[in-house]
Amino acid sequence: MKYTIKEDPHKNELVQKVIEISGENIFSCYQCGRCSSGCPMAEFMDVLPNQVFMFLQEGDVDTLLKAKTPWICAACFTCTVRCPVGLDLAAVMEAIRELQLRKNYDYIDPYKVEDREELPPIAMVSNFRKFTP
Amino acid sequence: MGKKIMFYPGCTLKGVAKNLEDSTVESARVLGYDFIELPGWTCCGAVYGLAQDSVKFTIANVRNLIKAQNYGKEIDDNRLIAVCSMCYNNLKRAHIDVMKNRDKLKTLDLFMDEEADYEGNINVLHYLQFLKNDVGFDKIKSAVKKPLKGLKVAPYYGCLLLRPDEVAIDDREDPHILEDLLKVLGAEVVDYPLKNECCGSYHTVDKKEIVGERTYKLVSVAKEMGADVIATSCPLCFFNLDKRQEIAKNKHNDFEHMPIVYFTQLMAIAFGLTSQDVLHFDKHYISPEEVLKKWL
Repeated sequence: MKYTIKEDPHKNELVQKVIEISGENIFSCYQCGRCSSGCPMAEFMDVLPNQVFMFLQEGDVDTLLKAKTPWICAACFTCTVRCPVGLDLAAVMEAIRELQLRKNYDYIDPYKVEDREELPPIAMVSNFRKFTP
Repeated sequence: MGKKIMFYPGCTLKGVAKNLEDSTVESARVLGYDFIELPGWTCCGAVYGLAQDSVKFTIANVRNLIKAQNYGKEIDDNRLIAVCSMCYNNLKRAHIDVMKNRDKLKTLDLFMDEEADYEGNINVLHYLQFLKNDVGFDKIKSAVKKPLKGLKVAPYYGCLLLRPDEVAIDDREDPHILEDLLKVLGAEVVDYPLKNECCGSYHTVDKKEIVGERTYKLVSVAKEMGADVIATSCPLCFFNLDKRQEIAKNKHNDFEHMPIVYFTQLMAIAFGLTSQDVLHFDKHYISPEEVLKKWL
């Protein structure tokens, strides 16, 4: 398959936004895969954490905006503490979510949450903070 | 009267995790400390903002730290103890964050113009750190009245006591602090390889099935390693591992239930505090009464 990188990813506006919001140099990832191998949520993801960086490095943020992965990440920081180049992957996942949340996007509707009476407050506070603007 | 120490309970301890609050405060009292609830505390926000420009997630935490700073001067002690993993993680991260980024602190101080500026001298500690470093395991050992001999416990740390590195209370890949405490209480600690793995956290609100799968794995492995109970310090881990066993059982025929307890409840039991006013077993979905009846 012939593959052409259409535009310089360094100049891609969305990639730059991810870098700006996360504060991480996404180009330093060299695809070792350690993040994905230790990720407790990997089995539920459609794009693996290392693949997220592959797409970012290719300037393809659209794929990530459509992916489930950033909304499956539980911000457990397992990848963050294990990354050999010190990338804070949880912050990059948050930046991808933020791209959408900052356009006033609601990933969940707090009024439709079931069993609100039995859920611990920290469950709801953390969930709404991650998934609503 | 014991020595006064500032205690930050957090929202969840006031409701569904009353068993964590009371067993913490009462076990500390046995050791000679009066845990005083931080006057006027507010919610910590549960998760820390990871965006570089996020200031809003830090406000509540710094406000709590300022409250601790004021009250700390009154009782002449700068230690602030949290026992909920999320509260500990948030307060500690906020402290480290504003100490590193003075511009952020300045923005917050200007925003909170009714409060004093944060001076940065609050020592946020998790209860486990306090027990190990400030109280000492020897003193705890001498307070044990009913050693938990024969009780097999899987120690579960979850994420937020160990990650990220700057707030870790112990080695993040091979922590021992909880094991060491459980051994002092007389319990038998089983090797639990998933002790630092995520339970699924806040997905319990909108993706219960994922948390059910995590619970299936975490509880089944603890069972395989021979544990009778899993001990934790996080009310969200507790809820997920306890309540979501329902989903795990519905989906997996081979799943066997296991009670989940807070390490502070085990401490209270070992200290002879077996009243339900302290233990609140009614807050458990899977009751630990049967497993613990020998010591109750």
